Amino acid sequence: MTGSGADLPAAGTPLLEVLDVRKSYGERLVLDDVSLRVQPHDVICLIGSSGSGKSTLLRCLDLLEEIDDGVIRLDGREISDPLVDQREVRGRIGMVFQAYNLFPHLSVLDNCTLAPRRVHGLSRPEAEERARDLLATFGLVDHVDKHPDRLSGGQQQRVALVRALCTRPDLLLLDEITAALDPELVGEVLTIVRDLAERGTTMILATHEMSFAREVATSVCFLSEGRILEQGPPAEIFSQPREERTRRFLRRVLPPSG
Amino acid sequence: MSAWTPSPRELERRALRRRLRLRSIAIATAASLAFFVAVGAALVTSPGWPTVKATFFSVEDAKASFPAIRDGFWLNVKLFLLAEPLILILALGLALARQARAAWLTPLRVLAVAYIDFFRGVPTILLVLLLAFGMPALGLQGVPNGLFFWALMALVISYSAYVAEVFRAGIESIHPSQLASADALGLSRAQAMRFVIVPQAVRRVVPPLLNDFISLTKDTALVSSVALFDAVFSARDYTAYNFNFTPYVVVSLFFVVLTVPMARGTDYLQRRAMRRERAGAR
Repeated sequence: MTGSGADLPAAGTPLLEVLDVRKSYGERLVLDDVSLRVQPHDVICLIGSSGSGKSTLLRCLDLLEEIDDGVIRLDGREISDPLVDQREVRGRIGMVFQAYNLFPHLSVLDNCTLAPRRVHGLSRPEAEERARDLLATFGLVDHVDKHPDRLSGGQQQRVALVRALCTRPDLLLLDEITAALDPELVGEVLTIVRDLAERGTTMILATHEMSFAREVATSVCFLSEGRILEQGPPAEIFSQPREERTRRFLRRVLPPSG
Repeated sequence: MSAWTPSPRELERRALRRRLRLRSIAIATAASLAFFVAVGAALVTSPGWPTVKATFFSVEDAKASFPAIRDGFWLNVKLFLLAEPLILILALGLALARQARAAWLTPLRVLAVAYIDFFRGVPTILLVLLLAFGMPALGLQGVPNGLFFWALMALVISYSAYVAEVFRAGIESIHPSQLASADALGLSRAQAMRFVIVPQAVRRVVPPLLNDFISLTKDTALVSSVALFDAVFSARDYTAYNFNFTPYVVVSLFFVVLTVPMARGTDYLQRRAMRRERAGAR
């Protein structure tokens, strides 16, 4: 059969496609012709120094920032179109922030059931069951009824992950989610992310954890001054980077080997 | 940086955004026009409109009562201008006294709580009547004994109790980590309040403070109850002689004209502070 499927995404259509995206704040150019393709089950790690545009890129993908040029497509449909319902798009994308951004006036459980109930139309029991399951999986079963401020940073960030997962997003965006954590708490959060990666969750994460990126990523992007300077499988980027700037960055952040 | 020209797709999107913006402006205009025309028409076509117009919106009576009201309004403005700084100082003092933690300041704290509880409970008009008629009778030495002075004091006492609670809410809304970092720098508690907590608290409570001050401008009219010749008293005077209520509308306009610029002015200050302190945060 040919012809009838012209409107449907062809097999191999990327889940997310970013084409020549440009974003500036006033005079400052933050993203400069950024292009990226994300296939289902990909784990893309964005690395690069602070201010290289990693966070801005994630925010643009979640439509939290309006881009100045370029195109973003989700499942083949352009979501950077002003006529697109942004809330519907965000309903399919989960985002976790560096500073957790949990709602302090709601219990852990209510944080996790808010969007499923109010945006996705789940009943209270359904939403709570789903949230309890996920919270239990991530070792938070004792904290369900507590308020976020009672928890440690690592626990809060795990709750934030669960909150994002409760809506069953097609794509998960993680913005330096371990950057605000103590070194010994970083592990418990990364274990979960590794778990999610193994279960086939499609993710884009901005991170400073190079060994984690090397181990989990299907593809690593090195951003510098708002451009993706180099992209490839972790083995390639970390072992034989093509660009001099990538090499210099990695020398600074990687522990000396040997 | 190379020269950048927007792609055709971006130009298309900009045109679309412009169209969407124009459409929402058009909808806003049409909806507002329809609403206000409907309300106006309902008013003007109601059976009693000619009578209401003659008793409340008579141009001649507005003109005739205007000079007396304007002169009276000056008294309201004077009351307001004198009361406002006094209220701010007294209220901040009360709020700080309530927040004091030093043991030897306990009597002050108790006094502040009692003051606030009591004077927030007493209706302002009763306070005006009691002070303005009662205090001069005491014949106190060394303080003014006029009606004006005691009416002013009544407003200051009543409003400082309210405003103190607004300040307290602001102080308590500042995150404890701010106090902790002030402590960590070796600041005394008084210094922490003075340089760290209060400046942030005050900024946060500007909108409710303004709310109270607009309320205060209107409550200056309460002094008309002790026969002080303010704008409301003048209007009532005219109404009693001419059986026409237009002066009340005139007085209302005076108050509105005073309060609206205050509201816009604070909005502007708030926006400026927001831009400076929360640049880019979302």
